[in-house]
Amino acid sequence: MRDKLRKIYIALIFLFLYAPILTLIVLSFNASKTRAKWGGFTIKWYLSMFQNRAIMQALSNTLIIAFLSAFIATVIGVIACLSMQSMRRRGRALLMGVTNIPMLNADIVTGISLMLLFITLGVQFGFMTILLSHITFNIPYVILSVMPRMRQLNPSTYEAALDLGASHVQAFFKVTFPDILPGVLSGFLMAFTMSLDDFIITHFTKGPGIDTLSTKIYTEVKKGIKPEMYSLSTLIFITVLLLLFLVNRAPAGKKEKEVTL
Amino acid sequence: MGQQSAQFLIRSNIVRSRYPRAILLQYTQEESTVNKLIDLQNITKSFDNIVILDDMNLYIRENEFLTLLGPSGCGKTTTLRIIGGFETPDKGRVIFDGTDITATPPNKRQLNTVFQKYALFPHMNIGENIAFGLRIKKKSKSYIQDKIKYALKLVNLEGYETRMPDSLSGGQQQRIAIARAIVNEPKVLLLDEPLGALDLKLRQDMQYELIRLKNELGITFIYVTHDQEEALTMSDTIVVMNQGYIQQIGTPEKIYNEPENAFVADFIGDSNIIDATMVRDELVEILGARFACVDSGFGENRPVDVVIRPEDVELVSPEKGILQGVVSHIIFKGVHYEMEVMAGGFEWLVQSTKMFPVGTQIGIHVDPFNIQIMNKPVSEDEEAIGVNE
Repeated sequence: MRDKLRKIYIALIFLFLYAPILTLIVLSFNASKTRAKWGGFTIKWYLSMFQNRAIMQALSNTLIIAFLSAFIATVIGVIACLSMQSMRRRGRALLMGVTNIPMLNADIVTGISLMLLFITLGVQFGFMTILLSHITFNIPYVILSVMPRMRQLNPSTYEAALDLGASHVQAFFKVTFPDILPGVLSGFLMAFTMSLDDFIITHFTKGPGIDTLSTKIYTEVKKGIKPEMYSLSTLIFITVLLLLFLVNRAPAGKKEKEVTL
Repeated sequence: MGQQSAQFLIRSNIVRSRYPRAILLQYTQEESTVNKLIDLQNITKSFDNIVILDDMNLYIRENEFLTLLGPSGCGKTTTLRIIGGFETPDKGRVIFDGTDITATPPNKRQLNTVFQKYALFPHMNIGENIAFGLRIKKKSKSYIQDKIKYALKLVNLEGYETRMPDSLSGGQQQRIAIARAIVNEPKVLLLDEPLGALDLKLRQDMQYELIRLKNELGITFIYVTHDQEEALTMSDTIVVMNQGYIQQIGTPEKIYNEPENAFVADFIGDSNIIDATMVRDELVEILGARFACVDSGFGENRPVDVVIRPEDVELVSPEKGILQGVVSHIIFKGVHYEMEVMAGGFEWLVQSTKMFPVGTQIGIHVDPFNIQIMNKPVSEDEEAIGVNE
C-alpha cells in the first residue's frame, strides 16, 4: 500500500513537471489550428517553420551567438582559472565569490544593468551587445566547471613538462589542457546551453532589428500564437535536453576512452 | 692552480662560518681532487618574508650521489627546486659546469627531475610519457623507439609501452618517472623524495635499484629526503640541513659517527645526547664520572655536549663500569634488545645483543673513540645555524 502511494506520488511529480512540455510537443504535431481539438498527426508546422525566413534568421543568430559567446567565455574562463589556480587561498576564495554572484543574480537585474551600461557607454544595440552580454553571463559557468578539474591537477605535471624541455606554451597544451579538457568541454556546453536558453538578458540588450529564437517567439506570441511556435519551442527543448545530456556525459565518456587506449 | 685556490677559498669559507675544525680539515683534504659540477654560491631565498635558505654555499661533484637530508621545512626541497630552475634565488648564483644558470629556465637546463608524486602525464601511455622530452627535442622516431626500449629495460619494466599510468602501482609509476627523466641523458638527476609514497619493503628495494641505476648511468644524483636511513644507505655525501642552514656535510659514516652538533646527532639515528664538561684534552666528565675520550682542543673545564650511540654503550658488571645504574625498561627488537638504563640521573638508551632483565644493577662503559664531543650552541638561533665560533 505504502509502496503504491509512493509510486503514485512520484508519477504525480513527473506529471506536473512535464505535462506543460508534453502538451507543447503534442500540439506541435496537431494538424488542427485550434488548440481545442486534435486534428490528426502532421509535421507541416515544422516544415512551414523551416520555410519562415524570420525564424530561420533568428535561429542562425541564436546559434552564432551561442557558439561565439560560449567559445569566447571558455577561453576567458580557462585563463581566469589558470591565474586563480596560482593565487593564494584568500584571493582565490574572494574571486570565486565574485564570479558566483552574477549566476545567482536575477536575470532581469543583469539584463537591465547591462542595458544601462551600454547606454552609458553609447554602444549601438545589436548583435555585438547581445554577444557581449552572453559572454559576460557565461564566464562564471565555465569557471565553475573548469576550476574543480584544475584543482585536481597534480601541479608537478606542468613542472615535469618544463623539466623535460617543454616551453610554457607547449607544457600547457600538451599536459595541462588535455587534463582539464573534460571540464573545459562541459563548461563550453553549459555556456552554449545557457546562451541558447536566455531570453531576459537578450531582451534587454538586443535593440531593434535583431532577434534570437527566444525573443522571436516572444514577439510572435504577442501577436497570437501560431502553431509554428510550438514546433520551434519543441525543437529548442529537445536541443537543450540533448546538450544537458552531453554535458553530464562528457567527463564519463573521456574516462572510458582512456581505459580502452 | 689559480682556479684551485679559488675553489679552496669558497669551500673553506662556508666551512669556517658553519663548522668547527674537524670538518674544515676533512674538506681541505678533498679539495684538491674536486670536480665541481654544480656550485651554489651564497643562495638566499625567502617566501612571504620567511627565510627558507640563508646564504647557503654548497657544491656537488661529478658522479656524486648527494643527499639533502633534513626535517620538513628545512629548505632541502627549495634547494633542489633552485637547482632545477623552478625557483629563482633572491640572492646568490647557481653555477653549472662553469656557467652561471641562475636565470636559465628549467626547460633549458641539462638536468631532469623525478618528482615526489611521480607526475606522470595521466592522458598519455607509458611510451608517450617517456618519449615526451625526446619529442619536444624533435628526435627521430627510431631514436625515440630505441630510447623507450632502453629506458624500460633499465627500470625492469619491459613491454609496458602501451599501459596507462593509472594502471601501474606506485613503485612502477616511480620507475617510469625515472625512465622518463633519464632518456634525456641529463648530467644530473634531481630526485625529490621519490620513495616517500611507497611502502617500506618497496622503498628498500627501490633504494638498491637507485644505487644500481646511478652506477649504470654514471651521472650525478641529487636526492632529497627526510628519511635518515635512506640517506645513509644510498649516498656518497650527505648534507644535513635544518631551518635553512647546512648543519653538516660528509660521508654517511662521518655523519653517523661524528655528528657535528646535537641536531645532527639527534636526527641521524638514536643517540644519547648528554650535558658534560671537558676536563682537559682527552678527558670528559659525564654525569659526575670521568670518561677517557679522543677529542682535544676544547679547552679546560668547558661545558660541552657528548653524543654516544646506543650501540656503543657497553653494559658490564657494576664494578667494571665507569658509571653505575639500573635497567629500567627493555624491549626486544629482533637483532638486539633495546634497554633504558637509569644511571647518574640520566636515562641512557642502550642497544645490546645481551639481555639484562629490568632491575639489574649494571655498569656502563664506553670506549674513548665512541664518545663524540660537540661544542654547546650559545643560543637557540645558533643551534639551528650550528655556528661554533
